[in-house]
Amino acid sequence: MIFKNIALNIRRSYYEGIECEEINSERTRTVRGLEYRQASAAHGGLLFMHSVPGIAYGDQVIVTDHRNHKRNGQVVQISGELVTIQVIEGTDDLDLERTWVRFLQKPFQVSLSTDVLGRIFNGIGKPRDDRPPIVSSLKRNVNGAAVNPAARAYPKEFIQTGIAAIDGLNSLVRGQKLPLFSGSGLPHNRLLAQIVRQAKLLGEESNFAIVFAAMGISYSNALFFQNNFESNGVLGNVVMFINQADDPTLERLILPRTALTVAEYLAFDEDRHVLVILTDMTNYAEALREISTEKGDVPARKGYPGYLYSDLASIYERAGRIKNRHGSITMMPVVSMPSDDITHPIPDLTGYITEGQIVLSRELHSKGIYPPINISPSLSRLMKDGVGKNDTRDDHIRVANQLFAAYAKAQEVRNLASIIGADELSEEDNHFLSFARDFEAIYINQDEQQERSIYETLNISWELLSILPASVLSRVSEADLARYHHWEGHPGNP
Amino acid sequence: MDGKLTQINGPLVRAELTEACIGEQVRIGKLNLLGEVIGREGSTALIQVYEDTGSLILGEKVEALGHPLSVELGPGLLGQIFDGVQRPLLDLVQLSGDYIPRGVSIPALNRDKKWLFNASQTLELESIVSGGMSLGTVKETELVIHQILVPPNCSGRLIWLAETGSYTLNEPVARIKNEQHTEDLLYLSHRWPVRTPRPFNRRADSIAPLITGQRIFDTFFPLLKGGKAAIPGPFGAGKTMIQQQIARWSDADIVIYVGCGERGNELVDVLESFPQLIDPRSKRSLMERTIMVANTSNMPVVARESSIYVGVTMAEYYRDQGLDVVMVADSTSRWAEALREVAGRLGQMPVEEGYPAYLASRLAAFYERSGRVHILGHEKNNSDSGGKDPVRKDQGSVTLIGAVSPPGGDFSEPVTGHTKEIVQTFWALSKELADARHYPSVSWTESFSEYVAVTADWWVANVHPDWLKLRAESLSLLSQAQELMRIVNLVGPEALSSEQRWVLEGADLIKEGVLQQSALDEVDSYASPEKQFLLLQMMLIIYHQGEKMIVLGMSVQALKKLPLLITAKRCKSTYSSEQTENLKQFIIQIKSDFQKYRLEYTQELL
Repeated sequence: MIFKNIALNIRRSYYEGIECEEINSERTRTVRGLEYRQASAAHGGLLFMHSVPGIAYGDQVIVTDHRNHKRNGQVVQISGELVTIQVIEGTDDLDLERTWVRFLQKPFQVSLSTDVLGRIFNGIGKPRDDRPPIVSSLKRNVNGAAVNPAARAYPKEFIQTGIAAIDGLNSLVRGQKLPLFSGSGLPHNRLLAQIVRQAKLLGEESNFAIVFAAMGISYSNALFFQNNFESNGVLGNVVMFINQADDPTLERLILPRTALTVAEYLAFDEDRHVLVILTDMTNYAEALREISTEKGDVPARKGYPGYLYSDLASIYERAGRIKNRHGSITMMPVVSMPSDDITHPIPDLTGYITEGQIVLSRELHSKGIYPPINISPSLSRLMKDGVGKNDTRDDHIRVANQLFAAYAKAQEVRNLASIIGADELSEEDNHFLSFARDFEAIYINQDEQQERSIYETLNISWELLSILPASVLSRVSEADLARYHHWEGHPGNP
Repeated sequence: MDGKLTQINGPLVRAELTEACIGEQVRIGKLNLLGEVIGREGSTALIQVYEDTGSLILGEKVEALGHPLSVELGPGLLGQIFDGVQRPLLDLVQLSGDYIPRGVSIPALNRDKKWLFNASQTLELESIVSGGMSLGTVKETELVIHQILVPPNCSGRLIWLAETGSYTLNEPVARIKNEQHTEDLLYLSHRWPVRTPRPFNRRADSIAPLITGQRIFDTFFPLLKGGKAAIPGPFGAGKTMIQQQIARWSDADIVIYVGCGERGNELVDVLESFPQLIDPRSKRSLMERTIMVANTSNMPVVARESSIYVGVTMAEYYRDQGLDVVMVADSTSRWAEALREVAGRLGQMPVEEGYPAYLASRLAAFYERSGRVHILGHEKNNSDSGGKDPVRKDQGSVTLIGAVSPPGGDFSEPVTGHTKEIVQTFWALSKELADARHYPSVSWTESFSEYVAVTADWWVANVHPDWLKLRAESLSLLSQAQELMRIVNLVGPEALSSEQRWVLEGADLIKEGVLQQSALDEVDSYASPEKQFLLLQMMLIIYHQGEKMIVLGMSVQALKKLPLLITAKRCKSTYSSEQTENLKQFIIQIKSDFQKYRLEYTQELL
């Protein structure tokens, strides 16, 4: 509230100042056609100006600075006398007296056509690839609208990523939002690239598209993905939205929305199966914190605004399927956990919105295991209906549960061994130790170029479960054991 | 009374609007958005808007509607799915496609559908009728006889009562002359403000447990019909699954599921799976007794706050018909966050983690709307119906189960903390158990139920006199095992005696054979109280028999190799709730097997 008054005062003093000047000169005109020059204060990406009639909440604004450069903005607050504009390119360098503001009287929109495929844009949909802008009569509000829950279709088509730790234990299905919780220095980009390369639906040649939305990532990472798409020959099916680390921060707030509006168009108008990659949501949330602090919102946890949950949900919830429409949006956001802390507000709130999470582990990474997926905290909530008899194989769910349980038990044994020494362990405990070792080295670990079919994955699972005696395998059925389990005592143990 | 929009800040707007009451509904601008007055400052009204405020223009018209947020209560609620202000979402799809439009007003209940109204045979013309009395019944679904109630605040002399026949909600079914000597028309439905609890005669004691078919709840941490429970758990702990299990299997007459700020895809799962699920008792589709309120996390935040009240008001309405209602709210944390968001925009002073100071009192007031009551108007009609009218019980109950999503799984955060003080049953979910895929991941150390003594009477009368004893014994076994595990983690299993190691095995038997229950396994998904008891009894018998063997000198290793151990652990998914005879047979077999082992073992020793 305080800064608003300051802003008003600044405005008043400005007017008082110019009253003594010549009237009718260009310097004192405040209206130029549809443009206004009444900006009263600017700081931290926000521009405050005297309210003008007819402007609507959420409208797009063009700000022209004294060098005649145009910046984009959005109305984020209107009160009787003051309108607050969020300037996407930032307010640095703005000379209030020589800044003109034009209200477009429409919300932020993006032009849609299939020409977007193969192109690179910035956060507001302007080309970054030196090619002409998209021309189309079809324009949509980037904020989208909430899908009626009653119109949604439940996602249950298994996507084979060729990565055992995902397919076997945390299966991805079409229309799911499954984030990668990672940390700095972990190979989430390589893993994502591998998923993009390998993901397919069993027994179907699909009409797919990839929407790649990068917020605040480094040039080299952006290039890595671009080269990767190129070398896979999928570039013609990819739309990239890129905001690099040195690009305006506030553009990160609108970028995922622009990208998802394009994704929705491709999925629900053009019947494509769209995989949306958002990287990195932590940068997004930090941009949100930056602007909310500037606006004076009451902070909740770690300075993030109280509406962080709703705001993240308005992005993540745009994934899914809709009844009677053929396409789908599957989303894989990357969330880097600040100091590897999964309870930090960003991964925490993300976990409450998305349907599970794939967690990368620094410990496995330093053991040289790729992909370093820590399966204990990883989860896919939509797995249960996407796998099993008609989708993958009858024993899939039970095998996955058994692997989880056995690995959890093995971890306990490991802790124990680190205290009392491996020699003191019982025979059974030793089986668990060998199981854990092989599980990490054979099951989780795989080559970056290796693509495992789900059947291979399940067969490896049984190889590993056969290290353990049947008596400790209570999550699988007797029939499974009879069919797949072949325990003969483990070599190395008498 | 019309006003003018003066400020827009996200879902919160201000308008010049005099003579508007706090709580009054307003319509805003050309878009016709629905809002609620939440405060007044002089001639300015503070309004929270249930819909996205994008494209609103300053100076637009604000129209006060003259009534608070209220819901329509009448036949046709069951099987429906509403949004946070009781708009029917299925009809919205028909009306405006896949995305939720703004500013649409659509009646909650179908206006054209004709309902067969069975007029009460015992109500006499010229008699005095008052709030809560039944005018007759409508068979809403195969499962539910819907009583047509006189609205609680309405009374007078009955002048006319419609004959038995088919009526729509627009046709009156009774006319009464009130104390002001004017006539009121009564319809099959009436409206009630959501923030005002519906009145009842007086509170009654809760006596019967809510049977959910989930062993960890019914056997270990029971909840009563009319009780209040909370399910706190970090994400990924299986909260949603547990609530769906309760909605599926609990022995209530009506289930109301409020998805408040939840995932769209999970709601669809409920929407798609419930109609196919069969109520285990009536063998009818579960949707015939279910109402859903859905506000997914990307729907407007203010409607998230109201969705909880919309749900509980409908719950109270069915309670007033003499039914047992369970309302599951997933999740109250999202509701509290909606409060926080609005409070933050109002510039209210935050207390804990940004939450407003009134969080605790709002939570308490919400949970207090649960309870078992003597319903209003029952003693005044039906008292001598003599079987002419369908039976209406004199008591009804609302059971509230609220999920809590503590940030970072920290139970000391404000919403979990306050909720814990309010509820009587606390089902704490544990991330460690969930990570080990121990489902339901309800922690037996952190959970509690204050209803054990009351439920014990029911179990003794209906299942077995030993219930309380076995329950206590197994809990103590579990806590002993936990104590021993601490030792093992320090010095290794070698430090334990055989007896102690057998305690660990016994606890494992209970964990795997009783506590773990698979929602995905057809047989295991639901366990009748009798099956629950038999499983528990079975594990304890094995444990005690094993104890004797150990006294004889048999090793724990040898005991663990007995095939009956693993068979016993699998019993839960081998035999359904109807096959309790097989379980009893197996228990007898266990006893005789152990007899045999004992003989063999002692002979070997000799």
